[in-house]
Amino acid sequence: MLDIENLTVHLPGAARPLLASVSLSIRPGEVVGLVGESGSGKSTTAKAVLGLLPSGAVAHGRVLLDGADVLTMSPADLRAHRRHSVAMIHQDPRAALNPVRRVGDFLVERLMPVHDKRSARARAVELLDAVGLSDPARRLRQYPHELSGGMLQRVVIAGALATRPRLLLADEATSALDVTTQAEILSLLDRLRTEHGLGLLLITHDLHLAAAMCDRVQVMYAGGTVEQQEASELFRSPAHPYTRGLLDCSPSLDATGLPPHPIPGQPPSLADEFPGCPFAPRCPLASADCESWTPVPAALPGGGTAACLQIPVRSA
Amino acid sequence: MFPAAGRQVAGLLATLVVASFVIFGAVYAAPGDPAVFLAGGRDDLTPERLAVVREQYHLDEPFLAQYLHWLGNCLRLDLGRSFQYNDEVVDLLAARVPTTLALVAYATVLFVLFGVGAGVLGALRRGTWADSVLIGGTTLSASVPSFVAGIGLAAIFGVQLGWFPVTGSGEGFAGTLHHLTLPAVSMALGALAVISRVTRQTVVEAAGADHVLVARASGFPERQVVARHVLRNALAPIITMCGLVTAGMLAGTVAVETVFGLSGVGSLLVGAINGHDFPVAQAVLLLMVTGYIVITTAVDLAHPLLDARVKTARRVA
Ligand SMILES: Nc1ncnc2c1ncn2[C@@H]1O[C@H](COP(=O)(O)OP(=O)(O)OP(=O)(O)O)[C@@H](O)[C@H]1O
Ligand SMILES: [Mg+2]
Repeated sequence: MLDIENLTVHLPGAARPLLASVSLSIRPGEVVGLVGESGSGKSTTAKAVLGLLPSGAVAHGRVLLDGADVLTMSPADLRAHRRHSVAMIHQDPRAALNPVRRVGDFLVERLMPVHDKRSARARAVELLDAVGLSDPARRLRQYPHELSGGMLQRVVIAGALATRPRLLLADEATSALDVTTQAEILSLLDRLRTEHGLGLLLITHDLHLAAAMCDRVQVMYAGGTVEQQEASELFRSPAHPYTRGLLDCSPSLDATGLPPHPIPGQPPSLADEFPGCPFAPRCPLASADCESWTPVPAALPGGGTAACLQIPVRSA
Repeated sequence: MFPAAGRQVAGLLATLVVASFVIFGAVYAAPGDPAVFLAGGRDDLTPERLAVVREQYHLDEPFLAQYLHWLGNCLRLDLGRSFQYNDEVVDLLAARVPTTLALVAYATVLFVLFGVGAGVLGALRRGTWADSVLIGGTTLSASVPSFVAGIGLAAIFGVQLGWFPVTGSGEGFAGTLHHLTLPAVSMALGALAVISRVTRQTVVEAAGADHVLVARASGFPERQVVARHVLRNALAPIITMCGLVTAGMLAGTVAVETVFGLSGVGSLLVGAINGHDFPVAQAVLLLMVTGYIVITTAVDLAHPLLDARVKTARRVA
């Protein structure tokens, strides 16, 4: 359904590309996880699917949804695409809602072309109920500042589901929610996936969540994809040193008792330029060759790909 | 809502009382003895005659007593008699106020239409030649004082082309409109730059908010995004600014009234001050201050209706 092919996004004035040859595909009913440190380009990738690039950015490559390239769509087609095919749950729910309009307006606006005003309101109540918001009829009349962050996040999720999209881009959609609500929302998304064949891109910092929810997981670093594998495979045998580093960062729930082990150094900013592999400065396995080797993804024995110079050497 | 409105109205009354005191005090302290003027000038002035006049007009009482006397009369809508014309001040005002109100209202319509319009257009077409032309044009128009603009407009459109009358305030709605066009334009011109700049900035800021991007990402038609997510959010600050400018115009009509020979409140005030006409000067000033406060309070009361966050903030405060 979604095929991003070699998407590269340059921003004038930046030392390195925002996105470097990112490829990603999602089939109907599939959940793909996107993980990586802050600033690695996860949100930028998701926004590119909506045809939203930072102003002034130059993009190469293709973003295909059912064969149509989002990057070259006419404005009218792009609007229809955003309206009906794809919905995004944005990272910050408080910023996503217009502060001077009511919660009901946010939902009704999304439902309007299909529904008349009355049935739109009725449907809005249903949606709020479905995402587990109490007293939904009253919520419609409230303003965003009267709701808590978790409640707003549910409103935003309800808004994303309003148009019955085929593809949902969830950018840390559940990170502001308590665990029980998070479980409710995730099971709701899972139901939509099985019942309607909804494709789901799940951006998250929670690797346990990714392991549990996703079919496949893609790991991003400095705007590029470093590894992608079946979720179970990735967590059992991470191939790329960065993936292993990320896994070591999250405290394990099993009985190994190993303390979390952070990756040394800072994630790179847009001003950092890399002649070779961007992860080399922080990589425990880096050799002199890594400093000049441009990463290319190589197939892994268990399926999936990883872009690391050290992998073929070790498996040989 | 209601307690906040009540507090606002109480504040309005308190401001009015303070303003009335300041106005009375300022006119009282103005140089020149009104009794001399009332007694018919210095020529055949006797102390006895002066004393009679003073007593007649309560001018011999202490300042505070005079003030309270005046305030009490004001509250009963008795503004006294003009020293100069010997008419009831209320009648003088009734004859003058409509012209000034019509002038200010007309100028407001013009600057809202063209100033806010230009600001919105500039913001939505930011960086284009239209934006630059609008900024340049409004800056130029604002750098000309309104009475100079008035003289220029009168010379071109009144005298040369003969499209508009250059004096008087006209009869009936169409006549008033016709007569007040040039004065209103010259007043609005000065406000244009500030209104269009602030509008432009407000709209640009509103357009940069995250939720606008979210609305656009939801595939709403651009017109809907602009109307409901950009302009809707810019409305409250723009209305506040327009209200303040209009309120300020109430006291700023003197120059234009003089240029166009309009008998409005501004020229009445200037005449009254020159002629030591205490009751008229005080009444006009009080009216101007009242008008200013009423407009700004109305704007304040409208604000929470346009932005619900204000209401909550006030309730909490
Ligand atoms: N509109 C923009 N203009 C300039 N730079 C941008 C813009 N949007 C994002 N960036 C830059 O692109 C990089 C990737 O940002 P992105 O938001 O995609 O990261 P992310 O992986 O989603 O991070 P997080 O986990 O914090 O959400 C960052 O370095 C950011 O500074
Ligand atoms: Mg992000």
